[in-house]
Amino acid sequence: MNDTLLKLTGLTKAYPGVIANKDVSFAIQRGEIHALLGENGAGKSTLVKTIYGLVKPDSGTLAFDGQDYAPADPRAARATGVAMVFQHFSLFDALTVAENITLGMENPPKLNALAAQVRAVSDEYGLPLDPDRTVGDLSAGERQRVEIIRCLLQDPKLLIMDEPTSVLTPQEVEILFETLRKLRSEGTAILYISHKLEEIRALCDAATILRLGEVVGECTPRETSARDMAEMMVGEVLQVPERAQKPQGDVVLDMTGLSAPAPHQFGTALRDITISVQAGEILGIGGVAGNGQDELVAALSGEMKVRQGMLSLRKEDIGLWPVNLRRARGLLAAPEERMGHAAAPDMSLTENALLTAAARKALERNGFLRWDRARSFANEVIAGFDVRTPGPENTARSLSGGNLQKFVIGREIMQDPDVLVVNQPTWGVDASAAAAIRQALLDLAAKGAAVICISQDLDELMEISDRFCALNEGRLSEPRSAQGLSVEEIGLMLGGAHDMEVAHAHG
Amino acid sequence: MDWAAIDPILLLASLMVAATPIVLAAIGELVVERAGVLNLGVEGMMITGAISGFIIATTTGSPWLGFVAAAFGGAILSLLFGFLTQYLLSNQVATGLALTLFGLGLSALMGQSYLGIRAPAFPDWHIPLLGDIPVIGPIVFQHDPMVYVGLLLVIGVWVFLKFSRAGLVLRAVGENHDAAHALGYHVRRVRMLAIMFGGACAGLGGAYLSLVRVPQWTEGMTVGAGWIALAIVVFASWRPGRLVLGAYLFGGVTVLQLNLQAAGIAIPVEYLSMSPYVATIIVLVIMSAGRAPGSLGRSFYASR
Repeated sequence: MNDTLLKLTGLTKAYPGVIANKDVSFAIQRGEIHALLGENGAGKSTLVKTIYGLVKPDSGTLAFDGQDYAPADPRAARATGVAMVFQHFSLFDALTVAENITLGMENPPKLNALAAQVRAVSDEYGLPLDPDRTVGDLSAGERQRVEIIRCLLQDPKLLIMDEPTSVLTPQEVEILFETLRKLRSEGTAILYISHKLEEIRALCDAATILRLGEVVGECTPRETSARDMAEMMVGEVLQVPERAQKPQGDVVLDMTGLSAPAPHQFGTALRDITISVQAGEILGIGGVAGNGQDELVAALSGEMKVRQGMLSLRKEDIGLWPVNLRRARGLLAAPEERMGHAAAPDMSLTENALLTAAARKALERNGFLRWDRARSFANEVIAGFDVRTPGPENTARSLSGGNLQKFVIGREIMQDPDVLVVNQPTWGVDASAAAAIRQALLDLAAKGAAVICISQDLDELMEISDRFCALNEGRLSEPRSAQGLSVEEIGLMLGGAHDMEVAHAHG
Repeated sequence: MDWAAIDPILLLASLMVAATPIVLAAIGELVVERAGVLNLGVEGMMITGAISGFIIATTTGSPWLGFVAAAFGGAILSLLFGFLTQYLLSNQVATGLALTLFGLGLSALMGQSYLGIRAPAFPDWHIPLLGDIPVIGPIVFQHDPMVYVGLLLVIGVWVFLKFSRAGLVLRAVGENHDAAHALGYHVRRVRMLAIMFGGACAGLGGAYLSLVRVPQWTEGMTVGAGWIALAIVVFASWRPGRLVLGAYLFGGVTVLQLNLQAAGIAIPVEYLSMSPYVATIIVLVIMSAGRAPGSLGRSFYASR
């Protein structure tokens, strides 16, 4: 018996200016979780869109179940037995769960019957979901469940998952993996796209690695180290960030009983946060999303004012200072959301550089902009942080996520801050760019700045921080020295299962 | 003033007639907007429908053929909008405004030799049994057929949007066109069909003015009915039931102020003339709680 489910032979797809896929060949077996690995822009998305019928290849063939397979559109793909869960959810906010699911089906039953089916499938796979709720009210994890159940109701032979864990909390990731393992045991093949190597090692049976549109290697993830896989992805030896031993300096930033009410209905109140940050150290703050990270960044950056005596910079009370005054005095921040918060998507990189660096880099004089200086500053950031773009006149939107993140972080670092606050500095960024950003943060601290790094990536925090503390329902734990801290201890600091549920309710 | 000049039964009966052009145009635009397209050219499509219907009705002598021609006229003009916005990705607001100006000019040109002619008669229906009920009969069941066509269209659109799969696909396209495309639905095709339906309905609404309500052709005779239809769609939160309510309210105040003018009330005519617009907008603003379709007014560009 032939166990190959999907076979790709010599797939090539070129767009004007780039070759997205070049002579890609590999095969997926029945009942196998097959990882497709690659950096941003390696051609993973184009490849799966080809399999799902959204993109037509220039040349090359596919065979599904031994038959020639050339889907004209996603419906044809679904009819053959291919289902896909998208990276950016393809859901309709104003419609109910049941309506969303029926839209993704070829021969949907009546809505009432479908609701019963949804309940049955969600019980069977441990994915609780109410079919009558409006999708706009669901958390990221619940939204993904809608997509997965939509796929499962079709009894797919091949399930494609495009970066499914990038929006999930660790607990939700575990639930997802259980579901996927159950599907595998039932004989469903899964094509799993990710660049999170530890996940792939935990979950996948085989891996194909893409670089610049070409297959550069295959491996068995369980038997290959994450480092080896990363080097195959990047094509070069990966730099592990180095920390320099450095003397601890004076206290620059003081939080004393920092409290603030929740800024909006879904926000979190900050409760009695007390900590001092010294020059030259990196303070890592971990925690599940929705436990006050955004609010803490807002309070530090000045987007949210706090009462007198709660926040001081070099002994000066700054709780009521506006954002630009804090910037001018050396307290800079890079928020989590790149598009629309850290950068204005439709403005050029030069303009975006001006927006935060005008005061510190003297990019304006008497209210008039100094375009030449702004442009050369933007160019410095682009060169200094290896931002891949044709030039500073391009819009922020035109950059890939990782490149824009490098630009946003670089823009703050190049202003020589005394205190830098970053939130999720490497979210959605590929391995080599993430390593570069972490190294830049370490270098900044080595030069004597204080860095507060808020992240949900615990490995990242262990790698760069000197002290670690956890943010939990708006409270900050006692800081611990990051060296020698075990995963169990961190788990306890993060607050256990009860608080995870709270985080879900906020998500 | 003379209150006896106002007959409440006649007033309520003419309310339905006054509201019908708005109902027709607005229900078409509602479908267009639920598909995620903002067509501000309703006024232009209405008046093009008005003259197309008038020309065919006076030439053939059949008001029914006139209405068919009006629907075609409106739909053809809307195709121009659809081609520009869906295929050439022009800005929907600017294109819609241009469509209104174009329609006003085009209709004036087409109608030059039709000024001062009367439209062929379009007799009222006296619906058996129902029409004989006292008070309610003359108010509701003794109108021309287009009044009922308009109401049936509203019910049909409501059923279509709420219960049919095609209606669900249309709402999905309007809510998130990228997701609909990723699932394999034809965003442009759905939108073009919706735009044409909207154009046809606007054309019917315009022809109702030139063939029934006035009934003759004058330049610019829609006098803002298309705009009020657009406003009603928004303030009715994109829901057919509220849309009828809004249109009847508008029709009601229109008829009432005409009656008041005739009765010689001591309020300047200008205030009376603006009262339907003011009253409708105030009531619908108070009622409105809806959320616009997620992709409303955004151009769809499929990357392949």
